[in-house]
Amino acid sequence: MRSIISVNNLTKTYAGGFTALKDVSLEIRDGEIFGLLGPNGAGKTTLINIICGIVNPGDGSITVNGHDTIKDYRAARSLIGLVPQELTTDAFETVWHTVNFTRGLFGKASNPGHIEKLLKDLSLWDKKDERLMTLSGGMKRRVLIAKALSHEPQILFLDEPTAGVDVELRKDMWAVVHELRDAGVTIILTTHYIEEAEQMADRIGVINQGEIILVEEKTELMRKLGIKQLALELQGRMTKLPAALKTHKLELAEDGMTLIYTYDTRAERTGITALLNDLGKAGIKFRDIHTTQSSLEDIFVNLVKRAS
Amino acid sequence: MKWRAVGAIYAFEMARTRRTLTQSIVAPVISTVLYFVVFGAAIGSRITEVEGVSYGSFIVPGLIMLSVLTQSIANASFGIYFPRFTGTIYEILSAPISFFEIVLGYVGAAATKSIILGSIILATAGFIVPLEIAHPFWMALFLVLTAITFSLLGFIIGIWADGFEKLQIVPLLIVTPLTFLGGSFYSISMLPPLWQTVSYFNPVVYLISGFRWSFYELADVSLGVSLGMIAFFLALCLSLIWWIFKTGYRLKS
Repeated sequence: MRSIISVNNLTKTYAGGFTALKDVSLEIRDGEIFGLLGPNGAGKTTLINIICGIVNPGDGSITVNGHDTIKDYRAARSLIGLVPQELTTDAFETVWHTVNFTRGLFGKASNPGHIEKLLKDLSLWDKKDERLMTLSGGMKRRVLIAKALSHEPQILFLDEPTAGVDVELRKDMWAVVHELRDAGVTIILTTHYIEEAEQMADRIGVINQGEIILVEEKTELMRKLGIKQLALELQGRMTKLPAALKTHKLELAEDGMTLIYTYDTRAERTGITALLNDLGKAGIKFRDIHTTQSSLEDIFVNLVKRAS
Repeated sequence: MKWRAVGAIYAFEMARTRRTLTQSIVAPVISTVLYFVVFGAAIGSRITEVEGVSYGSFIVPGLIMLSVLTQSIANASFGIYFPRFTGTIYEILSAPISFFEIVLGYVGAAATKSIILGSIILATAGFIVPLEIAHPFWMALFLVLTAITFSLLGFIIGIWADGFEKLQIVPLLIVTPLTFLGGSFYSISMLPPLWQTVSYFNPVVYLISGFRWSFYELADVSLGVSLGMIAFFLALCLSLIWWIFKTGYRLKS
């Protein structure tokens, strides 16, 4: 798949001396949903703001669909829609006017049909004549999404789009995101709800202290860095592990009712057969078995801890 | 040139004026009428004529300039400062438009409002005192150039200000005193020689002088000097704005 955004050796140091991005290079593929994860202050918003033209870049270069974001900024920016992290709205404007204003700002001819569809998709149609100051936080977030999509962009940046949004609204938003992806829009998503990235993203990038520490296909990432655990629920309480089982990576849960075996799915041998044999020989009986896999959140926390 | 984008900013700013009609138009008109009452009636009864023109008529160009200068600055500075304050500036900066188009939208709207206001004050004055405009073309040119120049200055102030207090400092502490002392209500020739010399360091003197000349052919300095000074301020403001967008000062830093 071809790249639609190329970030090359980007470094950004603010006037106060804080270096927000350190030699960042990143390729975003056309049509994918890219999850950009990182702790607070990692540089996610700075990176997005530089790509969108809101913050001046330092060293390095960025191209959007082959257009340099500095030399050919008109062509580059016209492809991008941005939903910012902050709920920044013109309090006194109506929903209809503010969405149409953004479309005009991007030089697009008025298209009431498109705006009407957008507002209906985002459940904003009945609010179209209301001033933004009268809307709830969740509704304002929808308005920001409508504004970002008003000029029919090929690339959509969603910077923490579901922060402070209730579950129902979140589901509506993700339905819109899926629809956009199906229509070929590339989506770059930052979120604190890592399960969202886990559900939505095709690829994951992790940024920490201004450096990209990992970019990987989500499924590959979870396969590579994920660990799996086998939980054996015992029929009777165990006070300590029998000596015959010490060779296995076994842990006894605090309640003494569960044995937990951690293994690597990529290893040639997982050791499960040998463990079950040894358990049988030791006369340990169990009433249930189940496995769990580490979530993207577990992987993310481990990665950031390791990098720090 | 992305005219639709310029039009979007322009229409947005003009819509704000319609929402705040009292503050934008009615209040300055009432203030001007009060100036006529205070200066025209009270002082005018003691100074009947200035160089052959009745005092009430003499102060009309100065009063128009006073409103145009202050309102140009207020409109343009608030127009760009408010999106910075609320954070909605992000969509202006991320739009595929040049700095020239951004300035054209904001400054165009601010200057339009000032020109409308100046025209309303002129019409209002016509009901109160006898008026004649000897050179309508030059009058319109001075009005438009002054509105544009001071809207540009207001735009610069709106970017420089990092709080509402700073937004008010320049108009209140610098522009208004310079306008009052710039010959709005008197001719510079009425001052003692020392204060006449001091007055020539006040740039507003040149604007009011040229504008008044277009009405009554009365001027403190020659028409060419007045035009030259406006052109100089215009170039200065444009250069500053060019530098602001080139460096991203307080916008993209």
